[in-house]
Amino acid sequence: MPQLDPSTFAPQLFWLLVTFVLLYLAMWKIALPKIGSILQDRQERIDDDLEKAEKLKQDAEAVREAYEKTVAEGRNKAQETIRSASGKMAAEAAAQHATLTEKLNAQTSEAETRINAAKEQALANIRTVATEVTQAAAGKLIGRDISEADAEKAVASILDEERH
Amino acid sequence: MAAEGHGPLAQFEIKTLIPLKLGEIDVSFTNSALFMSLTLVLVTLFLVLGMRKRALVPGRWQSMAEMSYEFVANLLRDTVGSEGRKYFPLVFTLFMFILFGNMLGMIPYSFTFTSHVIVTFAMALAVFIGVTVLGFVKHGFHFFSFFVPPGVSVVLWPLMIPIEIISYLSRPISLSVRLFANLTAGHTMLKVFAGFIISLGVVGGVLPFAFVVALTGLELLIAFLQAYVFTILTCFYINDALHLH
Repeated sequence: MPQLDPSTFAPQLFWLLVTFVLLYLAMWKIALPKIGSILQDRQERIDDDLEKAEKLKQDAEAVREAYEKTVAEGRNKAQETIRSASGKMAAEAAAQHATLTEKLNAQTSEAETRINAAKEQALANIRTVATEVTQAAAGKLIGRDISEADAEKAVASILDEERH
Repeated sequence: MAAEGHGPLAQFEIKTLIPLKLGEIDVSFTNSALFMSLTLVLVTLFLVLGMRKRALVPGRWQSMAEMSYEFVANLLRDTVGSEGRKYFPLVFTLFMFILFGNMLGMIPYSFTFTSHVIVTFAMALAVFIGVTVLGFVKHGFHFFSFFVPPGVSVVLWPLMIPIEIISYLSRPISLSVRLFANLTAGHTMLKVFAGFIISLGVVGGVLPFAFVVALTGLELLIAFLQAYVFTILTCFYINDALHLH
């Protein structure tokens, strides 16, 4: 086994020492600080960016809150306006409705009075006409004159009967 | 086996590329040294070039570089906590060194320096000595209380303390042998089955070929997993040294 040949030990150990120490120095002084600084830069950058992002997020949140507040205020105001306007309109409508009702009632009662008067008059007229017609018709039928009072009596009895 | 000099273990041979001497000591630049150097260069380029754009939103390459950083950093933080931060460069270097060494070894005809027990043992021993020294520096002689398991009656101490000491001392061995044995076994098996493809010919070789393909996938997983295991155990040892129990 070539690994167990002691004559090869010295050069291997010597070059192991040389190359390992050189590599150690290269790592310690050059490579690792380089990588370490870049990693640190990146970490700082990331932290910085995260901080910035956090701040921006807070700003956005504040803006959103302000916006929502404005919207809520606007909505309240609008509702207030609507409420007052509808109240006013309802009051107006009620007032108009009341005046109209009053007027209509007055007209209705006036018309009723007129109708009643007309009806009374018409009834009176009917009675006169009917009496005359009865007097004339009876005179023609039975061949003798009937007194106006008898005719009126007969008409009145029939009309009164009908009215009941 | 296949042709002479190409046995399953031939891939582990150390070949001297440039003979060098430092006093009496042989410090030749070998194929092992070549791949260690390649690892050094590739890891450095992977990270430095990957991060050259310093992009805030990383591309694929930069993502991979960052991922390796965060992977080891999380590993260390989860096992040791924030005090482990100091040892991050070392743990990271260990992870990348072993990972790239293992991965480079997966390239055909390349050499896997982590398949040599002397290399893994040297790393494990360095970790072991390091965390032991760390424990003593942090806790002084109180560090020895680490060998006394909490909640065990005094009667059992003569039994438990030697067991704890042996298990502590066997850490560098288990740590190094785990890595070395996994890679050696895997690479040997790959080579053996690759040899079957040649010896069984075009028709019979299909089966071992399919097996080698599957095994290569498994070995890639093991290459990562062993680097991970070595690293996480190192983290555990650091944690033990810092917090005792």
